[in-house]
Amino acid sequence: MTWKVLSGNYAQSYAALLARAQVVSAYPITPQTSIVEKIAEFVSSGEMDAEFVKVESEHSAMQVVISAAALGARTYTATSSQGLLLMHELLHWASGMRAPIVMGVINRAVAPPWNIGADHTDTMSQRDTGWIQLYAESNQEVLDTVLEAYRLAEHPEVRLPVMVTEDAFYLSHTVEPVDVPSRADVDRFLPPREPHAVLVPGEATRLGSFTGPDHYVGFRHQVGEAMERVSKTLAGVEEEFREVFGRSHGGALPTYRTDDAEAILVTMGTSTTTARSVVDELRSEGHHVGLAKLRLFRPFPDEEVRALARQVDRIGVVDRSYTFGRMGPAATEVSAALYTAPHRPELTSFLAGIGGRDVTPEEVRRMFETLLSAAPPRTHWEDLEEAEEMRVHG
Amino acid sequence: MAKLTIPAQELMWGGHSACPGCGPALAMRLLLKGLGPRTLVSIPASCWTVIATPYPTTALRVGVLDNAIEATGASISGLRAAADALGLENVNIVGFAGDGGTADIGLQALSGMLERRTNAIYVMYDNEAYMNTGIQRSGATPWGAWTTTTPVSAAVHGKPEPKKDIMGIVLAHRPAYAATLNPAFPEDFDQKVERARALVGPRFLHLFAPCPPGWKFDSSQTIALGRLATDTGVFPLYEVVDGRLRITRKTGGLKPVTEYLSAQGRFKHLSADDMAQIQAQVRTDWEHLQSREREDLGRVH
Repeated sequence: MTWKVLSGNYAQSYAALLARAQVVSAYPITPQTSIVEKIAEFVSSGEMDAEFVKVESEHSAMQVVISAAALGARTYTATSSQGLLLMHELLHWASGMRAPIVMGVINRAVAPPWNIGADHTDTMSQRDTGWIQLYAESNQEVLDTVLEAYRLAEHPEVRLPVMVTEDAFYLSHTVEPVDVPSRADVDRFLPPREPHAVLVPGEATRLGSFTGPDHYVGFRHQVGEAMERVSKTLAGVEEEFREVFGRSHGGALPTYRTDDAEAILVTMGTSTTTARSVVDELRSEGHHVGLAKLRLFRPFPDEEVRALARQVDRIGVVDRSYTFGRMGPAATEVSAALYTAPHRPELTSFLAGIGGRDVTPEEVRRMFETLLSAAPPRTHWEDLEEAEEMRVHG
Repeated sequence: MAKLTIPAQELMWGGHSACPGCGPALAMRLLLKGLGPRTLVSIPASCWTVIATPYPTTALRVGVLDNAIEATGASISGLRAAADALGLENVNIVGFAGDGGTADIGLQALSGMLERRTNAIYVMYDNEAYMNTGIQRSGATPWGAWTTTTPVSAAVHGKPEPKKDIMGIVLAHRPAYAATLNPAFPEDFDQKVERARALVGPRFLHLFAPCPPGWKFDSSQTIALGRLATDTGVFPLYEVVDGRLRITRKTGGLKPVTEYLSAQGRFKHLSADDMAQIQAQVRTDWEHLQSREREDLGRVH
């Protein structure tokens, strides 16, 4: 192992290098660019033995990795925000063709107005594309999760594409010490891809095809079945990861100080770190509060959420994006998971950190206070001071 | 009499679901004969999605990858990158896209593939409209043609805009090879496929692909109409290697375009003036092509 001081973006680049991705394709977008710049350096210096296809759009980047995966190559791409939205059509192609693509996504706000700050609207809009979604909290977790993502994507029980996300700037451009594993260890954890159902030159093979309703439903159902096997497969992959590297990241919904908690906040990505420190403060003051990190968003960890609900009366979900006409998207998912729970806690959807606003310790403290108040609201927006000002300006 | 040079090997099965007299079906058959079995074909949404037959069958004895309508250029870049990364040798990578999927919605991906110098063959089979969706006009539909979205009225004589010059656009990218092909001239067709196969880099084939239901002519006339297209100068046959253009079929003089136009229902509304206008344009284009050929021949190697 080697300690390196890396940004979240470089953690993605190093992971792609260590995973021995064979075909990389990307189009530049802020704040993803340093990932692919670093990979370009790796390829140029010969450190990375990959074909790097520099394309004219994100749409083409996704098509390049889909087609490369169709021939059996291990692939990597990265994007953010508008770029991810442009890929939307092809995200469905990737999962439908069972292409084990791994993609780094920097969570960034969606225009208009233009804003490059952290926001989860981009990936939340891809909820129904058949991609596995894993959200990282730290640069170490970014690197480790990308390596795990290849195992998950190529696993015979799964065979689906995976996106590994990180918050814009909080991770993408913030450096931390990262334990970069050795190539030998990564090779032990992640052997070369074993191609399954790929095109073979010289043979009559077809990927994609078209069907009537008779077979179509079967294809969709199989993707659904594979999704249902993800949570269990991830647990197994994490166990192997721990055996090789001596650490892991807690599966789909790692929890923190939830024993005897009266209120639990569910967070995603970097707001988790802030919330964890607030939980420690409040605990030291005698409050019974805890935390759950939603690491796996698709497939949604229903069982884990229901297990969490058994021990608590108040759950707050912190979303860095908003589903117009509903509430925070993670909150709607938690709410749906709780419908069949024997014990259903009160649920509040907190909208915080939208468009790159900091989720501060004071804010998290207020969320817990709101959660523990007599009648917690269904939805609560943070950071609306300027919104009031805008009303005055018209 | 010239010796028949077209390979006997069939890489397209019977039982495909093309219409009778389908130009794109003939074109695929001839193309694969020239390329051989170690060929991967990426096909966007188009008539050929359907012609290749539904899951779990296939009409082609080669590898076929379906792709989104606008993504063919990127798809063949991805296939080539993977073939190189995996050390797969002697594989022809082919994109086989319609005129709409190439000249309209797929133009960006095509331009990207040409600019990246992807080592692959991009084929545009040109049936001059969105035929799979039911004969809507595309950028490649010629001036004056009836389609369902360019209906004919007293005031409007079919499509009011001229056909997009896809070869001009492609040639601006300086491809390794570019040629026009017509299945009505199978030996010329096969020679060009062989030439394309032997070269490295981005190669582009513009295939003339008559569509009996879309152009409104009898399905027994596909070859006759194809010959007329070239012999009237509407679809001249030429190739460009290293920037040098060579016309590959020359006749003593062009036949009148009325012979080609009046053979199709999609042009039946055209007046004598309309036809004269088309004739003038075809003559100008043909003269331009001949002068380009003379210029290229005169250039020092």
